[in-house]
Amino acid sequence: MIRFDQVNKWYGAYHALVDVTEHIAQGEVVVVCGPSGSGKSTLIRTLNRLEAIGSGTISINGEDIHRRGLDVNAFRSRIGFLFQQFNLFPHLTAIENCTLAPVHLRRLTPAAAREASMALLDRVGLAHKADAYPAELSGGQQQRVAIARALAMEPPLMLFDEPTSALDPEMVGEVLLVMRALAKDGMTMVCVTHEMGFAREVADRVLFMDHGKVLERATPEAFFNRPQHPRAQQFLSDIRTPFAQPA
Amino acid sequence: MTELIQTYWVYFLIGQYPNGPLGGLALTVLLAALALVLALPLGVVLGLARISPFRVVRWPVTAIVYVVRGVPLLMVIFWAYFFLPSVTGHKTDQFSTMLIALVLFDGVYLAEIVRAGILGIPKGQAECARSLGLGYWRTMRLVILPQALRHMLPSLVNQFVATIKETSLGYIIGLTEVSFIAAQINTQVFTRATEVYGLLALTYFVLCFGLSRVAHGLERRLTRRSPVRPASASPTLQSQQASA
Repeated sequence: MIRFDQVNKWYGAYHALVDVTEHIAQGEVVVVCGPSGSGKSTLIRTLNRLEAIGSGTISINGEDIHRRGLDVNAFRSRIGFLFQQFNLFPHLTAIENCTLAPVHLRRLTPAAAREASMALLDRVGLAHKADAYPAELSGGQQQRVAIARALAMEPPLMLFDEPTSALDPEMVGEVLLVMRALAKDGMTMVCVTHEMGFAREVADRVLFMDHGKVLERATPEAFFNRPQHPRAQQFLSDIRTPFAQPA
Repeated sequence: MTELIQTYWVYFLIGQYPNGPLGGLALTVLLAALALVLALPLGVVLGLARISPFRVVRWPVTAIVYVVRGVPLLMVIFWAYFFLPSVTGHKTDQFSTMLIALVLFDGVYLAEIVRAGILGIPKGQAECARSLGLGYWRTMRLVILPQALRHMLPSLVNQFVATIKETSLGYIIGLTEVSFIAAQINTQVFTRATEVYGLLALTYFVLCFGLSRVAHGLERRLTRRSPVRPASASPTLQSQQASA
């Protein structure tokens, strides 16, 4: 479904993505992890053209998505993107956040869009908050509304850029629960996340990145129990024993 | 005082109308209202142009903003009054001249308010709208401007109040707005300047104060509808720590 071929990206002299070649299959759940500044957010943002690439190609279902002349808006409307900061529109209620894009882009009538969005809010457990403004919702609730909003365009692919990193610890679970349900329903998902429990349980594959390179690709079982690359071993030991003295 | 008001109140309110052109307070209100209604869309367009990614759009508008902002309104009025007829070939009446000058002058100031208002919205809002597949214009119209205009409201009111007061400069080109009429009355009863100009000041104050109160009420209603600021404001600190 998604194919990265020799993708490179530079920010000035800084080499943010280095020769990334990767394939992600339909229905696969891929977790991308790695230390801060490793290029994992950049990688996921190139997938819906929030970031341009310097060289190489990225294709989805055989179509080069960074070519000139691509209808970017139509293309983006087929991909759900979740941000670390939720980015709900604060001047609209939860349900209005969900219906905005379908009404304007899929030409749904407001009534039809509302009905569909209510079902989605129900799916993320927030039907009762439909008429609440974002400021009246907790972080976890906001992120769940954001998931419902992304699903309202019925995308075949969902991208998550550290969706739980801005949340208080007690709210992480409710968001991961919704994401796990999505994965079980067969959604193709690429998640940048630090939630190793989620990766272990839900992911089909883990990509480990550092300095813009994909250093390791493995099943969660193999990655967590037998990491091959020294940098991955170091990373896993760091997150398991955060107070250990550096050697 | 009462005698003064009794004699001149109709003249003060509508000038020589219906035996002559409309003037007085009615003309001032009409001029100010038209200027506001026309200057705001111009301000939004110029403001958007100021932050356009395209240089061909950004540079000329930036130049206009700097030039107009760098001269007094009086100069703009003189230009409109003397320069415009020499270009168009026929004489523009004082009302249109004043209106054009006001719309251009205030449009430029509003553009800067709009620009600041848009830049004040977190970048994630536009990114997110674009990610949903909304184009540039829809993103602006549906997501960015509704939020930005709300934050801009106090500055907008400031500029609108200034516009009302600026209509008095029409006096200089013989526009029979309320200040001009007051000066006329003053020459007719020239021993009572304090009262005449006191009443004139009071009139402007009532207009401006009224507008401020309406805006204040509007602001409160908007705040009630969706409390607090952008939803992403609070977790910023955490995210900085997380990405540090």
